[in-house]
Order: sequence, then C-alpha cells, then structure tokens
Amino acid sequence: MDIGLPPALVTTLTFVVLVVLAWLLLTRSVLGRGFSVPLRNILRGNETAQYPEKPRPVAPRFHGRHQLNRYADGLEKCIGCELCAWACPADAIYVQGADNTAEARYSPGERYAEDYQINFNRCILCGLCIEACPTRALTMTHDYEFSAPHRRDLVWTKDRLLAPVPPGGDDTPHTDREVRRRGLNYYGGLAVTPPTLHGGRFKPAAPAPAARAGEVVPTGELPAADELPPDPATVGGPTRPEPGRDR
Amino acid sequence: MTEQVTFTIDGQEITVPKGTLIIRAAEELGIIVPRFCDHPLLDPVGACRQCMVEIEGMPKPMMACTTTVMPDKAVKTHLTSELARKGQEGTLEFLLINHPLDCPMCDKGGECPLQDQALAHGSNASRFIDQKRRYDKPVAVSQQILLDRERCVLCARCTRFSEQISGDPFIELFERGALEQVAIYEDEPYESYFSGNVIQICPVGALTSTSYRFRARPFDVVTTPSVCDHCSAGCTLTVQSRRGEIQRQLARTNMAVNEAWNCDKGRFGFPHLTAATRITEPKLRDGDALVTASWTDVLRRIRSAVTAAREAGPGRIAVVTGSRLADEDAYAASKYARAVLGTDDVDHRTRFAPASERDELAGIVGRDTATYADVERAGVIVVAGLDPEEEVPILHLRLRKAWRNHQARIVVVGPHLGTLADLAWRHVVTAPGTEAAVLAQLAGDGPLDGSAGEVAEALREVDAPVVLVGERAGAGSISAAAALAAAGDGGVAYVPRRAGARGAIEAGLAAGLLPGGRRLDDADDRAAIEEHWGALPAERGRDLHAILTDAAAGRIDVLHLIGVDLARDAPSAELARAALAKVGTVIVQDLARTETVAGFADVVLPAAGRQERAGTTTNWEGRRQRFARAIDGPDLVQEDWEILVQIAAILGKDLGFSDLAALRAEVERVGRRATPHPLPTVDEVVPAVGTAADDDGAGVTVVARPLLLDHGTMLTGATDLLATARPATVALSPADAAAHDIAAGDLVEVAGANGSLTLPAVLAPDVLSGTVVVPTNSTDEPAGVLADRDGRLTATLTKVSSDAAEEVA
Repeated sequence: MDIGLPPALVTTLTFVVLVVLAWLLLTRSVLGRGFSVPLRNILRGNETAQYPEKPRPVAPRFHGRHQLNRYADGLEKCIGCELCAWACPADAIYVQGADNTAEARYSPGERYAEDYQINFNRCILCGLCIEACPTRALTMTHDYEFSAPHRRDLVWTKDRLLAPVPPGGDDTPHTDREVRRRGLNYYGGLAVTPPTLHGGRFKPAAPAPAARAGEVVPTGELPAADELPPDPATVGGPTRPEPGRDR
Repeated sequence: MTEQVTFTIDGQEITVPKGTLIIRAAEELGIIVPRFCDHPLLDPVGACRQCMVEIEGMPKPMMACTTTVMPDKAVKTHLTSELARKGQEGTLEFLLINHPLDCPMCDKGGECPLQDQALAHGSNASRFIDQKRRYDKPVAVSQQILLDRERCVLCARCTRFSEQISGDPFIELFERGALEQVAIYEDEPYESYFSGNVIQICPVGALTSTSYRFRARPFDVVTTPSVCDHCSAGCTLTVQSRRGEIQRQLARTNMAVNEAWNCDKGRFGFPHLTAATRITEPKLRDGDALVTASWTDVLRRIRSAVTAAREAGPGRIAVVTGSRLADEDAYAASKYARAVLGTDDVDHRTRFAPASERDELAGIVGRDTATYADVERAGVIVVAGLDPEEEVPILHLRLRKAWRNHQARIVVVGPHLGTLADLAWRHVVTAPGTEAAVLAQLAGDGPLDGSAGEVAEALREVDAPVVLVGERAGAGSISAAAALAAAGDGGVAYVPRRAGARGAIEAGLAAGLLPGGRRLDDADDRAAIEEHWGALPAERGRDLHAILTDAAAGRIDVLHLIGVDLARDAPSAELARAALAKVGTVIVQDLARTETVAGFADVVLPAAGRQERAGTTTNWEGRRQRFARAIDGPDLVQEDWEILVQIAAILGKDLGFSDLAALRAEVERVGRRATPHPLPTVDEVVPAVGTAADDDGAGVTVVARPLLLDHGTMLTGATDLLATARPATVALSPADAAAHDIAAGDLVEVAGANGSLTLPAVLAPDVLSGTVVVPTNSTDEPAGVLADRDGRLTATLTKVSSDAAEEVA
C-alpha cells in the first residue's frame, strides 16, 4: 500500500499510534491498569526487608523504647520528679521519688527515683515524656524489639530501663563523699545555678538545728568541709573540672 | 450597718463595706490579683509586693492587699493597667532572682502559687545572670517540718501564722536585706501542735513535710473529702491517696468549724492504718496466742459464748464502746445491745462517770448548744475540766482568736490552767471534781470574793458568755454550766475529747440513755424506741464502773468491746485488767493490736478505719458531717456496723438494715425527742466517783490529763509526729514541791494505789496545792495504774533523783 508518504514517516506514525494505543490500553482499560502495576514494579529494585536477619536502620528521631540515662560517672540523671508521668497521655509511667542520703546517692540533688516503671502495654511511644524530662534522663532509643509473651513482662522497671554504666563509672548508689570529691557540675547551666549536691541529709529536730545566718553561704560555695573542692558552677566559668583535678 | 464605699475596679462598679481591702473587693468581682503574702485569715503585711494595682490619683502603684477601699476612686489591676502589669512582672522577676527553680525536685511543684503566677503574670525570660544566693538545704525546723531557705520568698505567712493564729512564735524572720530568712530560735525547736499548717499556706516550697517528702505529685493523688477522727473538733480534711495508700492529709476549708487549719495530729496521724499493729484478719484465742480464723469461725464462737451467757442468767453480757465510732456504728451498737443482746449494760465513756451524768447527757441532745461561732463572739468564756489545746486543738485556736480579736476574757475553772495559761484572764481554783460547785456559785447571787467575784462581775457585764465543760469536770458540771450560761443568756457546750463521743450520746450509748436524747425510764421515750427496736430492757443497766466491778467479781461472762482499749484507757487500770482477765469471752472489735487485744481478747474482729469507709460524725457542737471512703482497707476488715449486723444475724435477730442508706434512714425515722429532757437541777447531783481527794494529808490528788500526742492507738507509726510530742512530766505547785523537797527537773516517783509513774517534775504555780498533774497515756504504764478500783487518783510523791537532765548529760 502506497499512500504517497515517505516510509520513514509511515514507520514513525505507526510507532506513535502504537504507543498511544498501548498507553490508552494501560491507563484507560481495567485490564491494562491491572497489568501496569507489575509492569512498573518489574523495573524497580527489590523492596523486601530481610527482617529480622538484617533490620533496617530507623529514622534518626525514631520513638523506640525508653532509656534512663546516666552521667559519665554512673550517677543517674533521673531525679524522680514525675514530670514524665505527668505528661504521659496513656498513664503508662509510675515514678516514686525518694531522698538521696549521704551513704547512698543515686542522682545529683536531693531526690532520685526509688521506683521507675514504664508499662509498655499502655505506652503509645508518643514521646511526650521525654520532652517533659527536665534533666534529659529519659530518652527514647531506636530499639523497638521488646515484645513479650506476658503482659507482666512489658512493665519495665528501673533495672531494665537504666542505661549501662559508662566505662570508668560506677553503678549507683555512690556515696556523697565520692560524688563531692569528683566535683562535677552535673547541670552545666550558666544563668541557673545547678541544684547543690545537698540533700537527704536533714538532721533530726533534736538537738535544735542551728538555722541562723552563720550557715549562710552566699558566695555559691558549698558549706565548708575540708576535702570539698570549690563549686565549679560559677557564672561563665568552666563547666568541666579544671585539668589536673581529680576526676 | 457599716458604712459602704462605692468605687470601680477595672471599670466595674462595686460597693463594699468601708475598710475592705482592695484585693478582697476585687475577688468579689472575680478579679484575682496575684499575691503571695496575702491570706484572708492573717493580718495584712504587704511583704511580697506582688499585688500591685494602679489607683487613680496615686503617683505609684499601690499594694491591693494592704490598701483599703476609697470612695469614687478608679482602681486598675494588671488587666487594664500597663503600670500594674509591668510592676507585677518586675516583682516576679525579682522574686525569682534568688529562687532556685528546682521545681522538678520540689514537693510543691504542681501546686505552687509561685509557679502558677510566674506562668500567668511573669515574664518569659529573666535578665539575671549571676550566681544565686545559696543556703544549706533542707534544714529541719522540727522533726516534721523542713525549711528550704533558697525557695523562700519572705512572704511571712508562716511567721504570721505562728504569731497570730497558733501563738507559738518559734519561727521568725531573721537578718535583713538579701540575707533575710525564716529561721527558728537557736535553742528552741519549732514545737507546735499546729506546725503542719505552715506547710499548707507556704506559697512556695520553702516549708515541706518530712512525711510527704518526695511521696507524690498533685496530679497522681486521689483526693477525698473527709472529717478528722482524732478528736471531737470535727475538722474537715482532704485525704490524698495514691495506689490505695494515704500520702497526706490537708486541712479543708470550713469556716464554720476549722476555718482553714487543723492540728498536726489530724494532719499527720494516719500511719496507724498501715502500721504493723493493725488488725487485718479475725482472730481467736488459742492458749496465749491469737490465731487467725475465718469470719464464720469467729461468728460461731460469738454465738456459742452469747448463748451460754444468756442461759447462765440475765446481766451476764455487757457492751463497752470507745468514743471513736462513727454515728452509724454508734446507732448500730446501741440497737445491738438493747434489741439483740437485751441488755442496757452499755457505756461509751472510758471514765467512771457519775450516775447523774446520764440525765445531763440526755438533756444535751436536741438543745441548742454553743458553737465555734459563739465561742469566737463571746466576751467571756468559762472553761471547766477541759484543756482545749491538748484535747480539742481547733477549739483552742478559736479561743485564741476571740482572745486576740476582742480580748475575750477566758476563765478557767479547775485545779490547774494547763495550756490555757497564756490566754486565761482568771483562774478559779477548785479541787478536782468540784467544778460544779464553782459554776453554781458563779450563777448564783451570793457574794463572791477573789477571782470568782471578778468572774461573776464580768459574766454579768457581757452578753452571751459561753461555758465549755470538758470530760474532767466533776458531777453536775453540765447542769451547773447550763444554769450559768442561761443566767447570762449565753451558750453552753459539753466538749468531750474523742471524735465519736457526741455521736454516741445521740445514739444513746450509755446505760439508761436511748437515741435522740431519750431516756429508758420515760414511758413515752420507751414507746417511741420500742416501735422501731422491739422490747427494751426493763431496768437501767450498769455503767463502765459497775460493769468492770461486776466483771472482776465474775458476774459477767461476755464483754463486747468496740474500739476501746480498756487495759490502758480505763480510769483504773487494775480494775480493768482484773475484769478482762476474769470475763469468759472478751470480744474486741478494733483497729489495732492494743494491750487489751494482746492480753485479754478471746475473739478479735478487724474493723475499718475512718479513711477506709464512709459515714457520718458529730462533733462537740452537735454538727453532723459526712465523710467519704478514701482508700480500701485490708481485705478482711469490715465496718463496725456491718460486723454488728452479722453478729445479730447469727444470733437470729435482724438489726433491720443491711446497708448504710437503710441505717441512716432508720436513724432519721427514730429521730430526736420532740423537746429535750430538762437538765437536772444542780442540787440533784451527787459527788463524783473517783475524784474525792484523799484527805489524810500525806498524799496528793492526781489529775490525769491527756496530752494531744501520746501513746494512743491511732498515733502508732507516726514517728515524726510523735517526735514532737510534749514530754511527760508531773506538774506540781511550788508549795508542794518545797514540802517534798523537789526541784524542777527532779525525777519524781508518783506512787498510787496500784502502781507508780516516775516522771520529771515541773513546777507550775497555777496547779492547786495538794494536786499534781500527770499525762493520762504518755508513759509506758498509763496513769490509770495510780488509781484504786473506784478510779480515785491519789498518790504519794517521792524524789528519785535530782535534776535528771544533768545526770543524763
């Protein structure tokens, strides 16, 4: 058949018509739309995750299970303030505060968490708790593999939630004396004076405690005790111990 | 009517009485000016400078809490005035300069006015970049109060409370300027029965309690309204619990009763519910030991004991209830004794009361007796046989308020002044038990000399005096007091110590008494009660003294004790112990393993505590208040009325109710007598048992007076509270001390009929010569060991050693 057109043009037109027909078939017809999916995916790479053999990395700010952090020397950051429990919309956190004592110090300041429980049956991993935490004690890890055969096993207590002791640190409790000797500034703030290490040391009423101005320490130093270094929390000063001082 | 002043606040016109503070007027309009130092029950001081408002025509912002209203002025608060808003913001920034901002570890966090107002009215940022002032923290100002001076904003609420309300100014502001701080006097610990209130009114976390320290947060406690069960004051409380455990108790504002205060006993005295001595399951005696049994077993045991006693003859069963019962329990116990056991041998008192007192108690019910408001208004208040601070502390605060506000003249009738020493205007000294005679004389027209004459004069001058009669006033005191009050058109009130005493009187829990102020020997009264209860015992029964005497003689087989520790609390410990040992079956229904339970009980029934149940209680005024269940008790405890219903059922009787609503409905139906019985005339009364002085000259009469914080069952476990208890001493007059060669601080042996107490001596000029005052229950053995079998307290004094303090040192 000669219709008087150059063969090259006929070939091109035929190709165009075929392409258009194929496109119409694939996009307009039911059958075509059905086939288009595997056809498209034939061209893509393999999406199958080899879980659990090769778990994929999660997003950097993924909300995984919680962790209670420690300072470098092993003291717990958690002060048992219950703000996480307060923030929790699922009522999944239980905290019981208690007093640090001179013999058993778990955290800087007066208060620590004697009991800390997160009930992962209830937890919705929303992360409001870690936003509420004033000391960054509570953070969320990338771990999401914590299912359990019993509900009871999903109530995590402090022994499981606490981060491992950092190298060079000691597990809690520490003694007040050790902590003071290290002279660390646990809070590192500038304008806000960190809470002192005092706490849990209130003396009983008898004999009458001396509460007069003689005990005032307006300079920011801790009350005199021979071995204590000066409080490093001075304004704008070093937030780390000076070189040469005992760690 | 007082002069009215009209002015505007934020453009809204308001008319208030002249002299009103601007901050109060603003509150009426619903405008809340931020404040820290202002408290409606404390005098204005203007210490915190937070409540600045702008007043038209004034060059500077003024303090709304110290400025009174002025006619036609325009007051602008922070809502409409930039000047006031900026001033308040600046003040908050200043207050926060030295505030440590350790809110996360502070017990006040979450309910802190400073937190709230800093958020509502403060600036977002602070310009302060320097080192904050630092103090040693926390300092224990007493065993139960901790002071954190860094957090203090120097509002002086605590120091004003101590000075103006409780009158224990041990806590004060010291130093000046940046170093100004709350502190206690160096040599004196902060010892006050009302110290817990300063924790509650502190607007920051500077004062916190040791018992609530780091226990909970406001959001995770369950709050239940309750009424205190420690004394007859009837303070309204807030019980806060977490996971079924009480964390703390707070005073709940009730201006008619406790205003906004309560005492430390009411605030901190709840650990007995979880103490190791708590009875949590039914027990039966097996030899020397009490062994756990089922409810079925104990009920069967009771049935066999009661049946055997009935067969043995009449009058072999008696019921003694303490005065801690709720009104519903008291009614159930009253009906149980009369309608189920068929005995009128019932008594709610733990003292040997004179027989005539029955008529007086019957006469009180339904009568308009004095109230807190009457006490607050009265010009003259006569107090007989009562030490309010030790027995009903909130009444003491009212007396003090009357004394402070309008110099009310407080007259003490009795052998000593006790804790009213600071407030008393006159002391009419009488021998113990003879208060009625003095009250009758004061009411009479006869000439009187000395302080009695002045008192009689004062009583004639004032309108509406108030006469308060306590448990220790002798026979006839209530009648005599009523006559005295009536003569001056005033009010009278019987002020028992324990919380359930007035409710027990209303329920007829005494021999010869029936519910609603009725008497067993009155035909109409009997008929009214028999309509609901069935047949009543024919004869008037025995009171505590007769019950114990007969029991000791082996004439009683079953003694049912409900919430009473007779071995310690009976006036004669010797008689009580002999009686309990002799009685075949002692059934004890109680909260804790008391001496009676441990030593004498054969059947022990665990009862629910106040916070573990709902109910009603009547305070000394006769004011009924409901309380709600705050926590669950131990699994096997039951409410006292429930236990009685079950005992009745196993004995084949129906008490007629099986729930609280039905019980209350029956109490309502029984109601009160239409017109109260008249109080007996004063000369009808007979001398009291147990108060006659030994007149052979060698001995002294002993007055046993309870201290607020003592070895009571309901203070077990409250160690911090008990550490603030006043020491047990023997108070005697200087004359007696000289006669026995005793100096202050000497250890003195007070030897009575059946035992002795060794106590340090205190010389008290207000104590009647020939009389010594000892605490009832603050020693290892109660003061009851001094008494003979009639409850008479006489003793001889022997110096054991001089100046005990030095020896210890």
